[in-house]
Amino acid sequence: MRLLIPRAPQLKRAAWLLFALVALCVLWELYKAVMPDDGVAIGDTLVLPRTDDASMPHLADIFGAFGDPEVAGAAQASTVGSAVVSAAWYSLRLAFAGFVVGSLVGFALALLMQRVRIAERALMPWAVLSQTVPLIALAPLVYGWGANLTLFGLDWQPWMSVSAISAYLAFVPVTVGALRGLQSPPTVQTELLACYAASWWQTVVHLRLPASVPYLIPALKLGAAAAVIGAIVAEISTGLAGGIGRLIITYAQQATGDPARVFAPIIGAAVMGIIAVGSITVVDIALRRYQGAEV
Amino acid sequence: MTDAVIVTGVDKRFGTGPTAVQALDGVDLVVGPGEFVSLIGPSGCGKSTLLRIIADLIPPTAGTVVVAGKAVGTARLDQEYGIAFQQSGLLEWRTVRSNIELPLQLSGMGRAERRARAMELLELVGLAEFADHHPSQLSGGMQQRVAIARALAPSPALLLMDEPFGALDEMTRERMQTELIRICAETGAAVVFVTHSIPEAVFLSRRVVVMSPRPGRITAVIEVPEVTRNEDFREDERFYAAVTEVREALRGRLATA
Amino acid sequence: MRRLRSAWSAAWPPIAFGIAFLAIWEGFVVWRDVPPYVLPKPSVIWEQLTEHHDIITRAMWATAQNALVGLAVGLIAGLVMAIVAVRLKTLDELLTPLSAAVAAIPIVALTPVFNTMFSTTSPIPRRLIVAIVVFFPVFVNTARGLRRIEPVHAELMRSYAAGPWTITRTVRLPGALPFFFTGLRIASSTAVIAAIVSEYFGGLQKGLGPAITSAAAASAYPRAWAIVVAAIVLGLVFYLAAVAAEWLAMPWRRVTVTH
Repeated sequence: MRLLIPRAPQLKRAAWLLFALVALCVLWELYKAVMPDDGVAIGDTLVLPRTDDASMPHLADIFGAFGDPEVAGAAQASTVGSAVVSAAWYSLRLAFAGFVVGSLVGFALALLMQRVRIAERALMPWAVLSQTVPLIALAPLVYGWGANLTLFGLDWQPWMSVSAISAYLAFVPVTVGALRGLQSPPTVQTELLACYAASWWQTVVHLRLPASVPYLIPALKLGAAAAVIGAIVAEISTGLAGGIGRLIITYAQQATGDPARVFAPIIGAAVMGIIAVGSITVVDIALRRYQGAEV
Repeated sequence: MTDAVIVTGVDKRFGTGPTAVQALDGVDLVVGPGEFVSLIGPSGCGKSTLLRIIADLIPPTAGTVVVAGKAVGTARLDQEYGIAFQQSGLLEWRTVRSNIELPLQLSGMGRAERRARAMELLELVGLAEFADHHPSQLSGGMQQRVAIARALAPSPALLLMDEPFGALDEMTRERMQTELIRICAETGAAVVFVTHSIPEAVFLSRRVVVMSPRPGRITAVIEVPEVTRNEDFREDERFYAAVTEVREALRGRLATA
Repeated sequence: MRRLRSAWSAAWPPIAFGIAFLAIWEGFVVWRDVPPYVLPKPSVIWEQLTEHHDIITRAMWATAQNALVGLAVGLIAGLVMAIVAVRLKTLDELLTPLSAAVAAIPIVALTPVFNTMFSTTSPIPRRLIVAIVVFFPVFVNTARGLRRIEPVHAELMRSYAAGPWTITRTVRLPGALPFFFTGLRIASSTAVIAAIVSEYFGGLQKGLGPAITSAAAASAYPRAWAIVVAAIVLGLVFYLAAVAAEWLAMPWRRVTVTH
């Protein structure tokens, strides 16, 4: 029953979002219609883009591209749309695997840092710093990990490189958010549990963990978004087939012939991101009772 | 000299229909020039509401209020009163001096004149060496002193104060009360002071107006004897007598409510 | 003296950890004879940094320019929109759910679209991506700051019979500064990240991103790692610049509470 209560404001937000998207579509076509075909240049560089059909395809063409056959005249006609869906699903699974591993490691590290004060003092500055620097620059470096690596007796698959990057990018925000959450209960509450002679673990389970939910949820959202983009970039760097990153690059290279096509996997990537973060929102709603107003 | 405040037949109702709350019912009050009057009563008796009506922050449902001989709206526009709340409400990004200058700046006073007036007030409240500090560097009591200085900046005839010492500890509170007496004596402003504390009301005021809730009404007005207000007064028999009188007035009303 | 000591006690654990980490890294690679395409030694990475510092600096500068231009544009746009959105409710209602959705989407994936719209040899697509990525956190945070006004300040300003523009000028804008700078801190590091990632999507081969990929493709892994270090340094520089700007702009936050 409680889940139904936020319905009205949620619906309102969803409606406004839809309206915003429609407004963007209208702006796109309007811009195309009004602005010059060759764009506006200052000196040599174009400061406003070209608006001809080869540079800015009509919305109809963009959405139509989903239905086009991937390879013209191929024996098994698979549409661009189906290619995007299967690639997005593939990448999403890789990102998810990385996200899960990264989040678990991050949370475990946060627990360690909460337990061992010196660990927090030594590691937290590095964690916070990691959030401000482009760790994603490491993505291409897993390129070479493909073939000959054996870790713990397991042959390294190329897809594992992608998941590893996702894991790495997800683990940093999760660690920071989880630690903040674990440390969030006010002293009056930790003192209360000390009066009950609760062990460290009991305190974690009964107090720190529930208290950390409002901090963990935004951190998991950040981690999910980071995992998705990490997977895409890693796929581009490693050239991993089957993923959406590779699809974007392939269609981008075909852009002179079919400019509308490259939009399809990009929209697919956007949907991937929404699904990833949206699934955290579902967890958020399920854990609603831990987000309540404080006594 | 005109009376500082004349409240006649003021009603205030919040909401409509059966769930309406009668916050004030037929309130009459006159505050003479330079007079210190406290409003005291349990929660919901309408004392803060009355203060805000005098300040023209909320309109009355019925009745009239005259401040310094003008309608409340005009009085507000002419800055005839200064107001201090329970939270000091200082703007954290301005220095102490700049906070005091705020009402003067808004009414268009020149820079040199503003500065001089601010320094004058800082001397008055005893915070002259903190002029260039920021509010976050000051204790709660000091911040309230700055808030009072700010309220006095336009030299108003009336000071409205809504439990300004409520967030302070007892020792600081008593010190601030003594300070306030001295400041009011020097500026000659009338004061309407809302409080929860009986000793505070008795120590500071000439008259203590006792109010009761549901509906908000004035049930008693206790006159406090004309005695010099200093630390000795707190131990005076007449102080205790007045406190008892106020307490009984409060209790008496509660018993029949 | 006490402040120096407390600064040291805060600083030594992470510094000690950093040194220990590097030492273990170096030792591990030597002990297990780890090939460089998996993990090069820190000492070798350092060598590469000093050896190729001119190429690396040039690449840093190219990426920095993209990040800077995009940051400036996104910052101004976000700020202006936030001020307008507080007055125009409709705009606020449109942009706020959109900002939440955009936070989940990999905006950098739009780079190929912009490459077609402008031209693959133009720096504009990357700068546009950075501007978009920067706009949203600045807008969301600044709007949040402009919207709120503490009740006691609202009552105070009403008692001064202050008009809406006066209230905005004296209370809302200064009060929103901390929020704006929170947005700026996020935006500055995100700008560098977006600038580098957009370089992975093809286009001009200047900048740190292509330098890393080409080094990796040429199996020059230590050099690739060295360029990654340079990228990290660049991100740090932008972030610290934002922190410095915040420190300068809000003198009242610099003071230590003495009571």
